[in-house]
Amino acid sequence: MSELSDVAVRTTYRLRIGDAFRRSESGRTFEVRGADGGFLARAALASGRDARDAVAAARTAFPAWSGSSAYQRGQLLYRVAAILADHRARFAHEVRRAVGASAAAAYAEVDAATDRWLWYTGWTDKIAQVRGSANPVAGHYLNLSVPEPAGVVAVLAPQDSALLGMVSVLAPAIVGGNTAVLVASERYPLPALGLAEVFAAADLPAGVVNVLTGEVAEVAPWLAAHQDVNAIDLAGAPGALADDLAVAAAGTLKRVVRLADADWTAEPGLERMFATLETKTVWHPLAP
Amino acid sequence: MRFEYAAAPEARSLVALRDSYGLFIGGSFAGGASVFKTISPATEEVLAEVTHGAAEDVDRAVLAARQAYERVWSAMPGRARSRYLFTIARLIQERAGELAVLDTLDGGRPIRQTRGVDVPLAAAHFFYHAGWADKLGYAGFGPSPRPLGVVGQIISWSSPLLMLAWQIAPALACGNTVILKPSEATPLTALAFAEICRQADLPPGVVNVVTGDGGTGQLVAGHPGLDKVSFTGSAEVGKEIARACALSGKPLTLKLGGTAVNIVCADADIEAAAGAIVAGVFVDQGHVGSAGSRVLVEAPARDALVAAIRRRMGALTLGEPLDVNTDVGAVVSRAQLDKITDLTASGEAEGAWRWSPPCLLPDHGFWFPPTMFTDVSDSHGIGSAELAGPMLTVSTFATPAEAVERAGGTRYGLAAGVWTERGSVAAWLASRLRAGVIWTNAFNRFDPAAPFGGYREAGLGREGGRHGLEAYLDIAGGLDV
Repeated sequence: MSELSDVAVRTTYRLRIGDAFRRSESGRTFEVRGADGGFLARAALASGRDARDAVAAARTAFPAWSGSSAYQRGQLLYRVAAILADHRARFAHEVRRAVGASAAAAYAEVDAATDRWLWYTGWTDKIAQVRGSANPVAGHYLNLSVPEPAGVVAVLAPQDSALLGMVSVLAPAIVGGNTAVLVASERYPLPALGLAEVFAAADLPAGVVNVLTGEVAEVAPWLAAHQDVNAIDLAGAPGALADDLAVAAAGTLKRVVRLADADWTAEPGLERMFATLETKTVWHPLAP
Repeated sequence: MRFEYAAAPEARSLVALRDSYGLFIGGSFAGGASVFKTISPATEEVLAEVTHGAAEDVDRAVLAARQAYERVWSAMPGRARSRYLFTIARLIQERAGELAVLDTLDGGRPIRQTRGVDVPLAAAHFFYHAGWADKLGYAGFGPSPRPLGVVGQIISWSSPLLMLAWQIAPALACGNTVILKPSEATPLTALAFAEICRQADLPPGVVNVVTGDGGTGQLVAGHPGLDKVSFTGSAEVGKEIARACALSGKPLTLKLGGTAVNIVCADADIEAAAGAIVAGVFVDQGHVGSAGSRVLVEAPARDALVAAIRRRMGALTLGEPLDVNTDVGAVVSRAQLDKITDLTASGEAEGAWRWSPPCLLPDHGFWFPPTMFTDVSDSHGIGSAELAGPMLTVSTFATPAEAVERAGGTRYGLAAGVWTERGSVAAWLASRLRAGVIWTNAFNRFDPAAPFGGYREAGLGREGGRHGLEAYLDIAGGLDV
């Protein structure tokens, strides 16, 4: 006779849109299988309508997130890193059954992802000093250029990485005050949904990160053409699809992040973080 | 009370116009297969014949630029490039009067603006960037950032010499070579600049000027031999170029304008605001993307502001652009005049209230009276369209938060003016407005050290300052200093 704990408590993984974990409005789901081909779970198969809802949630969250102080954003992102570290074993398990890595490799990936998140956390209150400038103009003005978030960023998580790659493209998008719609890796969607649970537990404001799972080729074109998406990171789009998305994004002059395939374990650099920031120049007259 | 001024025209004899101009390729001028006429928009007088650049001309220009890039310019020490740019800056200053008259003749912009603002700023852009040419390793893009290569630059008719300087100065400072395509409406200062390049002994092919219409512009923008494209002009063409560059992977800078907003709070210095709004819209004939043509005023100050704007509009002198007393010059072309006329008609049809001061328009040339629309709502076409003409719209808001929301209601986000005497409100508005340039209690200030460029669909990239260098450097992997 089997123990009760041998029988899994199964659930269908849901999308994270705004403050809700919810099914796709289309009602569709898909099967997620592990590296060994075994069944892991069902997850929601996001539709274009879900993508639009996610953009609306990200837009709603944008004023408060971009308007909060860099210090405050740093505090909240730190809490995410802390909970991620607390759940080290759970994420290592997720990574391991998704990609089939050894336990040591899976733990190393979770540690690296936590470390990456923490590295970006420290950037919130330094971006303006590194990216901004005081401009010595010829007239009597105090003239400052400051980096500002572009707005809503669609982030296509890399397909080949279960956790570290996703964190490495998501964190640089939101540290500077953007809000994001994350499209999870098609093969490895469960760690993204695990991360969404961490965001909720960390009280990251609803809508700052929205998570869609399903087929990139179905969801991403909606995001690339959407009027209210200001930037898109194409890390998770294969070449031909990335071309189509870049062309669609040009229709609304989105800031397009399309960098060479990265070694996610390497030091990330600043290009990705700066790519979704605008520069605002403010002129204040000086007069006695 | 109205003062009449005696005519005080700037001497046209400062310029010696040639009958016809060739293309400037590889350091020398050469004619082409066909020509077009460039006219004065103030009189419709033909000023000169200019060569229409064809596909083979663009090919030759790209080849000349490539050879200059590989053999000379990219290999030259930054210090030497710096000296060339300093020399160009000095030559622009020496020929300032001539260049100002040329831009005024060709584009209809009042001489007070070209001589007092555009030409000195153009020289300042070269002077500023000359200093960067040998300091690029300190600009924050890695220890030894590389140029991109051969750059195609297509500019519009708004402040042609200044926009040329915005494009060419940083490109050359960073070690790139360029093919510049000026607007067919205003090619003359670009051709005079080509002569300046020769006077400066700039190596042949570093700067090439290919004149022509939008077709020539397309040939330049789409040329496979380029490493970078920069375009100033309409949103429609800009997006087309953006799609092409999305496929080719070429870096792109876009400046597409849109409309700028002026937010006037009830406590503002209303006279100062009205003065800057009128100067910002009408003195430039609204012909700059950052013309603050959309005025949002806090309801209690609405009547005072409209009265102050009216009074100042009534005092504007419209006419001969070469006269130093002229405030409002000619509209740059018939096509632009038609566009403005249509937009005005649609504003009236939508029920907005139109007002212009009594104003005699010259018999010849392209003219449009200074025009104000009040009772404009955001759903009106003119409430959010790019006006690009001597007109402004006025509507009211109740709270600063509403002003921010309304200002963000267009797809553009180039520039905004904020008028209030309360420092905290000014700073709050400046931080919340979604635009690339904000002037508080000022408007339309420009400087080579101050990055300029828009959010959203106003464009891509920044021009000027340390930030502007990024558009002309290969920064891949180089951001970690």
